[in-house]
Amino acid sequence: MNIFYSMVPIAFAYSAPLVIAALGGLFSERSGIVNIALEGIMMVGGFTAASVTVVLEPLTPAAGYWGLLAGLCAGVVFSALHAFTSINLKANQVISGTALNILAGGLTVYLAQIFFHQQRTAAFTRGLVKVTVPGLASIPLVGPLFFVNASPPFYIAIALVLVAWFVVFKTPFGLRLRACGEHPQAAASMGIDVLAMRYIGVLVSGAFAGLAGSALVLTQDIQYTAGSIHGSGFIAMACLIFGKWNPFGVLGAGIFFGLAQALSLYAKDIPFLVGIPSEFFYLLPYALTIIALLVFAGKSVGPKAAGEIYDAGKR
Amino acid sequence: MSKRNTTRLLVPLVAILLGFALGALVLIVTGRNPGAMFLAMFQGATGVNLKAGSFNPRYIGEFIIQSMPIMLSGLSVAFAFRTGLFNIGAEGQLIAGSVAATAVALWVEAPPVIHVLLVLLAAAVVGGLWGAIPGFLKARFNIHEVVITIMMNYLALFLNNWMVLYVFGSKDRIKTALFPATALLKDDALSALTNGSRLNWGFVPVLLSVLLFWFVIEKTTFGYSLRAVGFNKDGARYAGMRVERNMVLSMAIAGGFAGLAGAVLTTGTFNYGRFLPGAEGYGMDGIAVALVGGNGAFGVFFSALLFGMLKAAQPLMQSQGVPKEIASIIQASIVLFIAMSLGIETLISKLRKQKIEALGEEAGV
Repeated sequence: MNIFYSMVPIAFAYSAPLVIAALGGLFSERSGIVNIALEGIMMVGGFTAASVTVVLEPLTPAAGYWGLLAGLCAGVVFSALHAFTSINLKANQVISGTALNILAGGLTVYLAQIFFHQQRTAAFTRGLVKVTVPGLASIPLVGPLFFVNASPPFYIAIALVLVAWFVVFKTPFGLRLRACGEHPQAAASMGIDVLAMRYIGVLVSGAFAGLAGSALVLTQDIQYTAGSIHGSGFIAMACLIFGKWNPFGVLGAGIFFGLAQALSLYAKDIPFLVGIPSEFFYLLPYALTIIALLVFAGKSVGPKAAGEIYDAGKR
Repeated sequence: MSKRNTTRLLVPLVAILLGFALGALVLIVTGRNPGAMFLAMFQGATGVNLKAGSFNPRYIGEFIIQSMPIMLSGLSVAFAFRTGLFNIGAEGQLIAGSVAATAVALWVEAPPVIHVLLVLLAAAVVGGLWGAIPGFLKARFNIHEVVITIMMNYLALFLNNWMVLYVFGSKDRIKTALFPATALLKDDALSALTNGSRLNWGFVPVLLSVLLFWFVIEKTTFGYSLRAVGFNKDGARYAGMRVERNMVLSMAIAGGFAGLAGAVLTTGTFNYGRFLPGAEGYGMDGIAVALVGGNGAFGVFFSALLFGMLKAAQPLMQSQGVPKEIASIIQASIVLFIAMSLGIETLISKLRKQKIEALGEEAGV
């Protein structure tokens, strides 16, 4: 039971960046633009957050939160490149995303060499400190799981899931966004500005992925390095698919994948999992996503027009 | 030369020029010397240090070995592209190939040349199977190959690490036992020829692959039917071509090229199987190589040399005070510029049309 109580908060902490980035992908794909650059945007966000936190830590105790904000903004700016190439210049979205991923890996370490004269940012001392919510923490059973030593980004993730669900499924804006991802020509015929909606979708995904990268680096690392994000952007993509492009599904998938990561640390202490190599837990999200895609095959679960270049004249 | 051929050459050339210009601009803005970068590139490609006036053939050897794996991963991506499939999975197929190469190198005993051939064959077959899976899932269930190949890259990465640690065994948790000499593409003579570089016989299978790609795609009925599927799936089906079978075969062959790259790396550049802390980017490089090379055999050959040169020049840049990541920035910008080319072309033709219309109005037509 003690293992359970120490493992679950860690699983939640791991899941937060995955859920946040996947929600970003949700906005982008629902608008009709595939964003495989989540990984690269997370790198840019994480680098920016780490740099800003290092600089501000001597000045303010809230440096980590300024880092989050800076990472979010950097994500928006970086994703604008994807929006411009794939929306205005009608580039293949997968190629554009790939270019952004290569660019992010190079640019962040390049800038680290310029600013910090090494291939990583300087180390921050605190990052985002875990919080224990007074009062709520003493609720029996639930308190220790959710409110003791909790990672602040997990609360942000939960809030964003609710916001994303409300915006995408309960507002006129969300309806228009989804229309652009399903049948953009039909949406355009109803007077919806498809290009504008897609811009919003991609920029929101940039904001979320930037925030996710920041959260990851500030809670799980001591500095930004080329390996800090280590494929989390692609696990976020897996979350999006596993969660069937739905915010609550994304949350479930994110927590499940976070649990798989936490298990890789704790397996040696859990009797029936002893001896399973940690590599097994690492590959679980990817294997399960392939299985999920097989199960979904033939059913239309994803946005229909995602990935297609928008041609206003097509019928 | 027809107009189509001119644009086919022009687009990558302009993208390359713009990419290098942007790279130089980034260096200038951040207060570094772009001259040092170009000197490092020249030295990386020719071995000639213009500043010191010295020559070291070791750099040429390193330039060639940096180009070899990305030439194969470039062929891999390009082959699938020709059938209209996007193979982001070259990375995983390469890793699957290196696992197979490691297994055959460590577990099979065979006479000198035959052992190497078995290693290469095993790597190509296993890489091919790893590539055929997403091809099959696409053909049978219409599951998008991009997502599956991304997932399978990580699957291959962690399976490789598990194999290295628990099946092949590793004393230092970094590499397996060293391979026997019979399994190696490494050769001391080649190394001595280039002043101790890691140059090896890997260039033979690599060049044969380039020729094979060209022959299959351009000169055979099979290649024609693969391309037909890439041009128009429904049209090809209507003409009686077996679209599903072609998709699976195309991905299998693409995977074979990438798998071969795994063998060239493990038994040529190195002589042991490796634990991989993360993706090494050979698949991403392959995408860049294929795009710049226009998805043709000889285009891939030249663009792999270009990006191989960039990789080989990286340590030289770093020693000259130019952060080596500038190479990735240049590579990414070239890919971006090529991706934008379609949009830029339509933009130009639109402007041209407006201009012609405006002229027509002026003339009172």
